[in-house]
Amino acid sequence: MNIYLELFLAFFKIGLFTFGGGYAMISLVMETCVSKNWLSEGEVLNFVAICESTPGPIAINMATFVGSSQGGILGSVCATLGVVLPSFIIILIIAMVLNNLLKIKGVQAFIDGIKPTIVGLISATFVTLFLSTIFSISDIESTQFSFSYQGLIIFGITVLISLLYKKIVKKAVSPILLILLSGILGILFYAL
Amino acid sequence: MKKIKELFILFISMFKIGLFTFGGGYAMISVFENEFVSKKKWLEHDEFMNILVIAESTPGPVAINMATYIGYKQNKIIGSIFSTLGMVLPSFTIIFIISLFFNNLLENKYVAAAFKGIQACVIFLILQAGIKLFKKMEKNAFNIIVMSVTFVIVILFSLFNVTFSSIFYILISGCLGLLVYLIGYIKNKDKKEIKEKKEEE
Repeated sequence: MNIYLELFLAFFKIGLFTFGGGYAMISLVMETCVSKNWLSEGEVLNFVAICESTPGPIAINMATFVGSSQGGILGSVCATLGVVLPSFIIILIIAMVLNNLLKIKGVQAFIDGIKPTIVGLISATFVTLFLSTIFSISDIESTQFSFSYQGLIIFGITVLISLLYKKIVKKAVSPILLILLSGILGILFYAL
Repeated sequence: MKKIKELFILFISMFKIGLFTFGGGYAMISVFENEFVSKKKWLEHDEFMNILVIAESTPGPVAINMATYIGYKQNKIIGSIFSTLGMVLPSFTIIFIISLFFNNLLENKYVAAAFKGIQACVIFLILQAGIKLFKKMEKNAFNIIVMSVTFVIVILFSLFNVTFSSIFYILISGCLGLLVYLIGYIKNKDKKEIKEKKEEE
């Protein structure tokens, strides 16, 4: 299949099935990019970091980034269009004719049913990423078990800082601050 | 002429929000309210809350949903196009420019090391997002069971290399929600009918 069409369709699906904000889509993006051999897990994580540190909705940023990496400017246009279109169409339909769509009990029950799955999906994505990044375990047949103590320390420091920050400043720490800090730690641990 | 000016204002307002709001959809909500309810008075507070519920419950990025809806309210379909375009364009431009030199940047030893550290942090951000959604989730039996089952199956499938798209989990759980609702509905209906019959007797 043509890469542009493939990008458009993949992100159309992602846009259509993203419920519950930007991070909910990460499991879908990760799965799509890895299974299509577009990007590795680590590359997707890099992209997430960039998308979180730049303005705008994460979903749009991710689509543009993945699209550009696979198909240049046209690829990024196709992917971005794909992720926006489902939203655009559904909202237009609701605004034009189905003002009461969400008040239909069955529709509400369907949407409510999805909510816990999203929580399960994100938490599971965290666990699998944690295993593969810190312990290099990607599946049960992984024989090369290698433990990245640096990764674990950096992870631990970000957890600690965000907990302390919340306790002292009473506000959630900015993700950008955490990303910058872990970048500095990364240089200390891996490059020096 | 008046219409062109209106569309331009719509486009610029969304462009500004897209350009200056970090941290995704949820951070944008207060900015939206400030701009369109307090400042421009395009929407009443109640109407805004209504749109917010719709934007949060329909699929897709919340910011895009909001932009499309507000654009349609102001100027029908052409309004929603300008509004959505305004929201997307800053993201698109910034990320596209970054993507052009990102790979070269990663060739630098220090940048690569920094990103290796950042990956550990992003994993934590994902965990944080999960915890946040968990706190917001109503803790009833259905939700806890569906959440736990999804969690365990996703991890097992990933470890045993079984491919099963997340889309299926989402569809299945949506249908389960619908099923539970229908069963409850039918049960209630039966009870009502029995009651009514008794009353008739």
